[in-house]
Amino acid sequence: MTDTPLRFSQVSKSFARGKDRVQALINLDLHLSPGSITGLLGPDGAGKTTLMRLATGLLIPDSGTISVLGADTRRQATRVQAAIGYMPQRFGLYEDLTVQENLDLYADLQGLTPVAAASRQRELLKLTALGPFGARRAGALSGGMKQKLGVACALLRAPQLLLLDEPTVGVDPIARRELWEIIQGLKEQGVTVLMSTAYFDEAERCDEIILLHQGKLLQKDSPAAFHQPLNGRCFLVTQAAVSKRHLRETLQHRAGVQDARILAEGVRVLCRDTRPHAVAGENWQVAAPAFEDAFVDLLGAPEDPDTEIIPGPPPAALPTDREAETTVVEVRDLCKFYGKFEAVKGNTFTVRKSEIFGLLGANGAGKTTTFRMLCGLLPASSGTLRIAGVDMRHATAQARGRIGYVAQKFALYGNLRADQNLAFFSAAYGLRGKARQTRLDWARREFQLADYRDVNVDDLPLGIKQRLALACALLHEPPILFLDEPTSGVDPLARREFWQRINALAEGGVTVLITTHFMDEAEYCDQLVLMSLGEVLAQGSPQEIREQAKDAAHPEPSMEEAFIHLIQEHESQTRRAS
Amino acid sequence: MKLQRLRGLIRKEFIQIWRDPSAIAIAFFMPVFLLFLFGYGVSLDARHVPVAVVVDQPSAETSTFIGGLQQSTYFTPQVYGSIQAARRAVMARRADGILWLRGDFSRQVLQGDTTSIGVFVNGKDANNARILQGYLQGVWQGWLQQRATIAGAALVIPVTGQDRIWFNPALRSRDYLVPGLIAVIMTLIGALLTALVVAREWERGTMEALMASPVTMGEILLGKLIPYFFLGMGGMLLSVALAVWLFAVPLVGSFWILLLCSSLFLLAALGMGLLISSAAHNQFVAGQIAIIVTFLPAFILSGFIFDIQSMPTALQLLTHIVAARYFVTILQTLFLAGDVWPVILWNSLALALMATFFLGVTLRRSRKRLD
Amino acid sequence: MLARLWALVIKEFLALLRDKKSRFVLIGPPLIQLLVFGYAATFDLNHIPYAVYNQDSGFASRELLGRFQGSPAFQQVATITHNAQIAPLINNQNALLVLQIGPNFTRDLLLHHPVSVQVIIDGRNSNTATLALNYVNSVILSFDTHWAATHHWGKPPAQLVVRSWFNPNLLSRWFIVPGIVALLTLVVTLLVTGLSVAREREQGTFDQLLVTPLNPLEILLGKALPGFIIGALEGVFIILAGIFWFQVPFIGSILALALGMALFLLAAIGIGLMISSLAVTQQQGLLGVFLFLVPAIILSGFATPIANMPELVQDLTYINPMRYFLVIVRGVFLEGDGFHELWSQYWPLALIALGSMTAAAWLFRHRMQ
Repeated sequence: MTDTPLRFSQVSKSFARGKDRVQALINLDLHLSPGSITGLLGPDGAGKTTLMRLATGLLIPDSGTISVLGADTRRQATRVQAAIGYMPQRFGLYEDLTVQENLDLYADLQGLTPVAAASRQRELLKLTALGPFGARRAGALSGGMKQKLGVACALLRAPQLLLLDEPTVGVDPIARRELWEIIQGLKEQGVTVLMSTAYFDEAERCDEIILLHQGKLLQKDSPAAFHQPLNGRCFLVTQAAVSKRHLRETLQHRAGVQDARILAEGVRVLCRDTRPHAVAGENWQVAAPAFEDAFVDLLGAPEDPDTEIIPGPPPAALPTDREAETTVVEVRDLCKFYGKFEAVKGNTFTVRKSEIFGLLGANGAGKTTTFRMLCGLLPASSGTLRIAGVDMRHATAQARGRIGYVAQKFALYGNLRADQNLAFFSAAYGLRGKARQTRLDWARREFQLADYRDVNVDDLPLGIKQRLALACALLHEPPILFLDEPTSGVDPLARREFWQRINALAEGGVTVLITTHFMDEAEYCDQLVLMSLGEVLAQGSPQEIREQAKDAAHPEPSMEEAFIHLIQEHESQTRRAS
Repeated sequence: MKLQRLRGLIRKEFIQIWRDPSAIAIAFFMPVFLLFLFGYGVSLDARHVPVAVVVDQPSAETSTFIGGLQQSTYFTPQVYGSIQAARRAVMARRADGILWLRGDFSRQVLQGDTTSIGVFVNGKDANNARILQGYLQGVWQGWLQQRATIAGAALVIPVTGQDRIWFNPALRSRDYLVPGLIAVIMTLIGALLTALVVAREWERGTMEALMASPVTMGEILLGKLIPYFFLGMGGMLLSVALAVWLFAVPLVGSFWILLLCSSLFLLAALGMGLLISSAAHNQFVAGQIAIIVTFLPAFILSGFIFDIQSMPTALQLLTHIVAARYFVTILQTLFLAGDVWPVILWNSLALALMATFFLGVTLRRSRKRLD
Repeated sequence: MLARLWALVIKEFLALLRDKKSRFVLIGPPLIQLLVFGYAATFDLNHIPYAVYNQDSGFASRELLGRFQGSPAFQQVATITHNAQIAPLINNQNALLVLQIGPNFTRDLLLHHPVSVQVIIDGRNSNTATLALNYVNSVILSFDTHWAATHHWGKPPAQLVVRSWFNPNLLSRWFIVPGIVALLTLVVTLLVTGLSVAREREQGTFDQLLVTPLNPLEILLGKALPGFIIGALEGVFIILAGIFWFQVPFIGSILALALGMALFLLAAIGIGLMISSLAVTQQQGLLGVFLFLVPAIILSGFATPIANMPELVQDLTYINPMRYFLVIVRGVFLEGDGFHELWSQYWPLALIALGSMTAAAWLFRHRMQ
């Protein structure tokens, strides 16, 4: 059978971890159709990366066979590797080589003649719009450009099969869109593409989706086939005079509702059956199912955590009584220079009490720099910063005790147990005696950490790490919470669970500041700041920001479309100005 | 094996070396740093050692003897009034030894009483004390000789040793330390740096991308071996140049043989570096292992400073698997003694065997696999 | 404040000891170094390989050679019969030295004519050559004394009798092993403190620490204490190994050593924390530690006397804390020093400790940009 570019027959693979063996893939059977784009989805630890590596011949299955373009990976690995293009999760670029040097290296490795290499590189540089950056070091490129370069390197020899491991992680919407255009173009040339992704909208655009769970194939079908069984079970619920967040909380707890999530237009509900479970005042409309619904349906929505609401003022039902809300964070004309490079360019915004305030933007937009200045970790070059009336740079220990902070990539002590991390942070925040014990018990119960108490943090799945990091930041019951990219790299289910917690916290009166590059998460925020290259492009409620981007082409723009629109508008303005 | 792929890998490696400050530091800065440190900082040649002299009864005899001490470049005699004061000076580390010329010094000298002229040295630093003893005996014999000549009588010593020191007649410790250092420097570049850069490719995920391309493992290994071979030889040439021109160490043997032996040793060191990095895919661990199994032995167990023959038998046996041992022998011989073929051939054979072994094992162990 | 500090110290210990790699770094290399240095780092010669070229057939030469054969320091490896055999023996390093006795040795001695013995020695390793020559001369000297007394040579000249204090048999090990106490304490303390901040920076936990109510001084103390405790434990272990395993005498004041060690640890921790606050990655931290450690050890008097160094380099050693601690630890071990004798070493150490700690604290505050 040579008609399929990739075939797995009864493939199993396990790894040694300490004394145990972890089964990464179990008796997997699958094959790709030639010239199709196949999306590979699944929660953390489902075996996606293992599958990719097996297909490249870099791993050999324990049992079963894999054939790539008719060659067996076990015996003919060299033939396989000459015929495929592969981009590993961490791009595999040499950061101290320039764009051109990286391309030259891979051209040599692929055995292209100088003439062929030159013309192919020109083509690829045009395709990826990296032409002007040929002399720049790969390490100095933005996340999106790195990914595009990684793809370009994998494409030098025009492979018949292209394997991309999470190519769109941490990439801004524009770069993501460009990457998709490249991939679509390849499809037209007959290339078969297998890519793993964490984005549901990308899954929708694939010809086929492979859904993996715990090393097993859950389902492999077209997106439409995934939607099919859900017809009639999806609804869009709106209710006047109730905040979407509050509505979601109510719906999530209603019998018969499997899942509820916030969208631009209202709250989307997935029911266990085809019957709406409406309550007076709510407006239920049938909606077309999406892949995300299927994902939740197949993998099971996470248990809604028993959100023991942190004592605070009663939830503000409507954002009309804004006068009564006090300003918690105040930022005026904030600038940050690194040498001559201006990372943050004179930004101004305010955050009110018990708001969820989002900073959105791609990697390198200046979100983290702003955050670090807010927390007093970096001195601002100019401008004023006030957190509850205090500049954190000169804050007392007591003032610092009022904030909770979750750093990027969940900064925890990796070789300490989960429990030891909790114990340390509780002591660092000055908790003692009975109060400390109460809070530790609370954290273990609330964040369902009991099973992981004795596990080293390094060995925890990312989703659990995220829970633990959040628990550590909340031990001292801070009224203000800073979360820096808390959902990056976390699988879709864990992300949903996370947002449920954040909602509950905000309902309980905690002010939450959060950065993210997932545009769909914007809908969970009360107020947003959209950042690009250190500048604030727009701010306001999600609705207001989408309004700004409305035009003839997009009468109802999504947040992602709004973002792309605003950036392009901003760029054309600056170009005109210069 | 395709030349184009190999060329691409080698070019990449050179660009990386050039742009990576820590590679530059290890390959160029460290050799110079170590050479200066050892060339100037380390010396086993005692000079101007402070010796407390106590003279109970000054006489012509005592003053000519102290004069003899003063003339020697090895000593700086300091006269103390009493033995107690001299003892205090030793305790306070102002003097390394005491020479006590008692009241009956002149009579003793005439009588040839064998037990009485008291010299005390601080034996804490055994090596230094032993060297001091030798120097003191030398001054004493010289003084006796001189005295006998003046008196017109031949000195009555039945047998005297007549030293003929070959290869390093002035016994300059720098002349044997600096050549030995070349082995340490080449270990640093060949094993430590190579282990680090390969581990870095694993850490950053570039190894995975390389392996998924059509390159063969042999090409990847050669792509590392060739650039670091040239870098190591560069370090060697730099060290030899500094040794000969700055530290004035003679190079008696043939430069070409030195070049040849160095490449053998470098191949063995590179083999070790590559083997370490195939076992440890993390820079920190690879660095630790490289320091413990290559750098430290090159320093201590190679005969570079400490004489192998004086070690306990078990350790002497252990030194046979230290590649630097053979190279240090070759270096000291080539620099100071010349082209002594039996020494060079046997040790080169050992180096060649080790190089083959390490490179062979590396090649066998290296698979294009991630697990 | 104390509770928070305690939590920091516990956390630091757990982070160090729960990790297989860092546990290995703390235990493996020091143990290997202790054994290797304790056994291999010796300047004492024994079994000096020598060859004999005896052209004399009389009893006097046999008597002299007998003295060499009886000495444990020498080991005869060859007997040669003509001149051409000398060069290969020395060149190929089969023998370190060749004793050549002339044809009329016994006859001349019996006629009361002074004679000489040729000692041809391989000078490639100058230190070994110097020591071997000393050994040869002392054997000849004892032969002379005996000969003069038994064969009526009249009054032999007076002899210089050298006695050595503190280490009567001049064992290198007595000198090296106390030195290892200083060496390994420094290595371990620098590794613990020099990488600790960099490790947290790499993991991102450093930011997390800074946003807690802990103040910089507490964090600094939390980093310093584990270094102090681990360094001290390791130092005590090596001292015990030196006394009980390597049998080095310990005749001084334990308290005087403890004070010296405390000051030395503080100085080392200050330097470690300085490196730590400057390094962004563990790799840089390691390189920094290495770049400090190598000259600090070489220019400390650990293996070669400071007095032999050029004057400029000697001046440089005054800022090296290891220089002072070496004097203290060897003084206490071998010379029986107490507080009084070591005063001149304590105050420079204290000064360095104060200076490095202050610099570390300053850097710590100012590197938070």
